Amino acid sequence: MSVDEATVRRIARLARIAVNDEEAHRLQGELSVILDWVEQLGEVDTAGVEPMTSVIPMVMKKRDDVVSDGAKADDVVANAPVSEDHFFVVPKVVE
Amino acid sequence: MSELTGLTIAAARAALEKKEFSALELTEAYLGEIEGANGALNAYVAVTRDKARDMARACDERLARGEGRPLEGIPLGIKDLYCTQGVHAQACSHVLDGFLPRYESTVTANLWSAGAVMLGKLNMDEFAMGSSNETSYYGPAINPWRASGSEEKLVPGGSSGGSAAAVAARLCAGATATDTGGSIRQPAALTGTVGIKPTYGRCSRWGIVAFASSLDQAGPIARTVRDAAMMLGAMAGHDAKDTTSVDTPVPDYAAALGGSVKGMRIGIPREYRIDGMSAEIGALWDKGIDWLKASGAEIVEVSLPHTKYALPAYYIVAPAEASSNLARYDGVRYGLRVAGDDIIAMYENSRAAGFGAEVKRRIMVGTYVLSAGYYDAYYLKAQQVRTLIKRDFDSAFEKVDALLTPATPNSAFALGAMTDDPIAMYLNDVFTVTVNMAGLPGISVPAGFDARGLPLGLQLIGKPFDEANLFRLAQALEDAAGETPPAQRWW
Repeated sequence: MSVDEATVRRIARLARIAVNDEEAHRLQGELSVILDWVEQLGEVDTAGVEPMTSVIPMVMKKRDDVVSDGAKADDVVANAPVSEDHFFVVPKVVE
Repeated sequence: MSELTGLTIAAARAALEKKEFSALELTEAYLGEIEGANGALNAYVAVTRDKARDMARACDERLARGEGRPLEGIPLGIKDLYCTQGVHAQACSHVLDGFLPRYESTVTANLWSAGAVMLGKLNMDEFAMGSSNETSYYGPAINPWRASGSEEKLVPGGSSGGSAAAVAARLCAGATATDTGGSIRQPAALTGTVGIKPTYGRCSRWGIVAFASSLDQAGPIARTVRDAAMMLGAMAGHDAKDTTSVDTPVPDYAAALGGSVKGMRIGIPREYRIDGMSAEIGALWDKGIDWLKASGAEIVEVSLPHTKYALPAYYIVAPAEASSNLARYDGVRYGLRVAGDDIIAMYENSRAAGFGAEVKRRIMVGTYVLSAGYYDAYYLKAQQVRTLIKRDFDSAFEKVDALLTPATPNSAFALGAMTDDPIAMYLNDVFTVTVNMAGLPGISVPAGFDARGLPLGLQLIGKPFDEANLFRLAQALEDAAGETPPAQRWW
């Protein structure tokens, strides 16, 4: 399965990674090689096989629906590149 | 190498108890070694000298009161993937620049509760994506081992390359690591150290930077099987903060050592004798079979028919989960921010500047296989293949107690030897990745040297939560192979 450069740019957009022309060209080749290589899974007959959802069988754990943590606004924004009054600051989103 | 840093965890623990030296002296000895070696080996990306000394002093107070805990006073290195409160934790990525966690991972918290001392944070492939430690933003860690008569720099394996290099060069008594497709066992094999990836769910993943959540597991790299058993005993345990962490008691792994392996049935999976396997690796495997036979184990040939599909299935599942997990690095909440014309451009620029080439490659593959119209063909198919791989193991384990395989297809290789060919690099994990896909425990044990004098490892694979028997078998191999001498010092 080979991908074209337009597909690489579409995927990069979905992944929110800016790519320049040189990178798009290189990634086109690299992704094609990797996708080609995983194509061999097509040889495996998986008709009727349940997809793996959990390697260790276990019942989903539940906890009481109570507040057990919080009031840590300082901690939450401590690593933010830009913050103000416990808010994360981002470029304007709405015109 | 100082006399103190030459001691295993077990030996250092016994000597501390007898007050032959203090925990502070032991920590100082390691800090001195790091000072002298890290310029050449690049194993540590941050050294926490003051914290180490404070922790060691507290250990000495406890030891003086006769209240030493299982790892009291033992200096450890921590993979940079673990969140450590107020201490460098960047998964060796540029995108997490300046990140200082406000909390401690459960596994490291468990180690500190057991009395261990933190020396610093260890180098690794960026976000644990790599098999040579060459994708680290901080440059490659270097293997303390060199081929005889050569000065060529070799990789320590990856992704836990800093952990393996630091343990092999005696820059810590033991190290934490993580394993998603072989990242504990492959570097352990390439550096003559012991590394165990426990059963999925045995260690909490809370506070460990996520790569592929259904595959990631924490584990130790250590010098001996006993040291690895001591460390895992402290790291493992149930954690309410990780819903996949399993609520079963942690056995006393160290106490299980030394027991006989007589009568245990060991499976040899015929599909692991892959095309193009080197004669040396084949001979190593045969030697391991002979050792276990001589210890009284029974050798049984078994078949794991879907083995060859594990690696391609992994390279769908792991990138898919990574593309989702790494979506959080957007320049808003932590780490690097690169400005753009609008918020989307800010995300795109931050991620373009912050992620290295291999991480971008995997995010792109993951995004592609999860994109509209491709989910069934790739992700669903890979998860079905995963079920078949697990079934292969289930039927093998009806006949045998554990499996013996080589750990890696080759010994340590030169820096740059595989960086231009992603798939050649991925093939490093051909023997280890099946274990992650099935959630099983696997341990890599040093088993000898190749013709160039470089360490080689054997892998034992166990039933879920049967780490105690794996340690016992691993020790039988270790006893037969004899003690691995430390790497000849050149740094």
